[in-house]
Amino acid sequence: MGLVSVIEVRGLRKSYPDIVAVDGIDLSIAQGEIFALLGPNGAGKTTTVEIIEGFRTRDAGEISVLGMDPQVRGHDAREFRDRIGIVLQSTFDAGDLTVAETMHHFSGYYSKPRSADEVITSVGLSEKRNSLIRNLSGGQRRRLDVGLGIIGSPELLFLDEPTTGFDPEARRSFWDLINSLRDLGTTIVLTTHYLDEAEALADRVAVINKGKIIEISTPANLGGRSTSLARVQWEQEGHMKEELTAEPTAVVNRLSATFKGEIPKLIVSRPTLEDIYLEMIGAVGGDVE
Amino acid sequence: MKNLPSTIALGIRRGNIEIRQFMRQRESVVFTLLFPVMLMAIFGSVFKDNIAPGVNYSQYFVAGMIASGLVNTGFQGLAITIPMERDAGSLKRLRGTPMPVASYFIGKTILVLASMVTSLILLLVGGVLLFGVNLPTAPSKWIMFTWLTILGTASCTALGIAFSAVPKSGRGASAVVSPVVIILQFFSGVFFIFTQLPPWMQQFASLFPLKWLCQGMRSVFLPDSFASQEVAHSWETGKTALILAVWLVVGLVFSARTFKWERS
Repeated sequence: MGLVSVIEVRGLRKSYPDIVAVDGIDLSIAQGEIFALLGPNGAGKTTTVEIIEGFRTRDAGEISVLGMDPQVRGHDAREFRDRIGIVLQSTFDAGDLTVAETMHHFSGYYSKPRSADEVITSVGLSEKRNSLIRNLSGGQRRRLDVGLGIIGSPELLFLDEPTTGFDPEARRSFWDLINSLRDLGTTIVLTTHYLDEAEALADRVAVINKGKIIEISTPANLGGRSTSLARVQWEQEGHMKEELTAEPTAVVNRLSATFKGEIPKLIVSRPTLEDIYLEMIGAVGGDVE
Repeated sequence: MKNLPSTIALGIRRGNIEIRQFMRQRESVVFTLLFPVMLMAIFGSVFKDNIAPGVNYSQYFVAGMIASGLVNTGFQGLAITIPMERDAGSLKRLRGTPMPVASYFIGKTILVLASMVTSLILLLVGGVLLFGVNLPTAPSKWIMFTWLTILGTASCTALGIAFSAVPKSGRGASAVVSPVVIILQFFSGVFFIFTQLPPWMQQFASLFPLKWLCQGMRSVFLPDSFASQEVAHSWETGKTALILAVWLVVGLVFSARTFKWERS
């Protein structure tokens, strides 16, 4: 993680007639970082990201993205968009163009595009390069979306819920793709509903609820996760027993002595990112996405 | 500073990809390009009488078909396809790139011009070969035809982009846009002799571009003696140009102000 800041947000506010969507948000995202925004629907993540992307105006606050104000217009706006890549939540183009035609066409928008063929290969679509977009599967379409997001060799890439609707295998290979972008030094802002995705990809996560940031931390430390009690579970006399402890190794040693070897059905766990997240947004048992 | 491609160059690039996309949608190609010829075939077979000595109905009708062709490809086509692109998210994606909005509009104009020219050729060739339409010979008529087509295409394209903000969804766009066009066609003298329509219909139609496009095209395809049979007993060429120009400005202003990139 570099020290150069790519995104600086101070005191961001945005209200709509019926709701305060963003209620004073501060963010600082460093170059080369993968930063995830988590939060329930309506928490203000999309509004925040769309203001940073320059899609929406803000009511108050300071924003600097790559040293520019995303609200710029005219030629400066073109220059801003030349340096970023945006992968939107869902596109359902009519798809009457092939993968290669689309990639090549979009490459013509930028001042220093990557080669279309190279991008098609890097998103794993080389075998589909001459297929019409309408004939691609959901996962392949998403890969194309990412390809179009990186064709302009962006310094900063926005990914909005990139793997919704993926099967587990497609999701894993998609994560590999994102990690390979990290290796190129691209800064990535990810919004996702999937906690495992944030854990697998993000260097840091921010949890947003009701227009405010509740916490910014690494996935491992969020909500005091790394220091929270461990749960040891095992089977004894036909029943599952459990113990919460700060010293799980000691508990396991003790049990091991009791059972003289293997402990039946032993599980040692710490709260998952999901457990912590649900607790943070106060939605245990509630409507959570 | 940075070497970003020019707005014009990207507009041409957009036009290219728009045409390629359009050509792959077989239904819309057939509908847009062949429908006017089919309509002319139907009306030409129903109305066989001469409407004036030496002027058959097809001669009158071809003028109306060319005029409404401009409205169909420009206004109707764009006012329906842009909301669909908006729903699909492709407009929002384009907005996230360094391509300027003017290039997008230029691309649409190129698409309209290309399909307009194709459908004009089909109409004129079909009219001459199948329905005995006489093409004008005087160069002045062709000059009139050229500027009328260019000005008409420009107005209809601008109005189509402006009107694309009206339909709430891509799916409902056709239901919102098509009745507007069909009513204007009936009121403006595309299907019937304009002077035989009730006066209130004529006056209503005079507010909109289609009536003037029809009248202008009649001045190209009908003998000059026919001008006396118009409502004003003249082709009113200057007024036609003025009204189309006003609508062009209205269309441009609204396009620039109300264009919607995403579904609200």
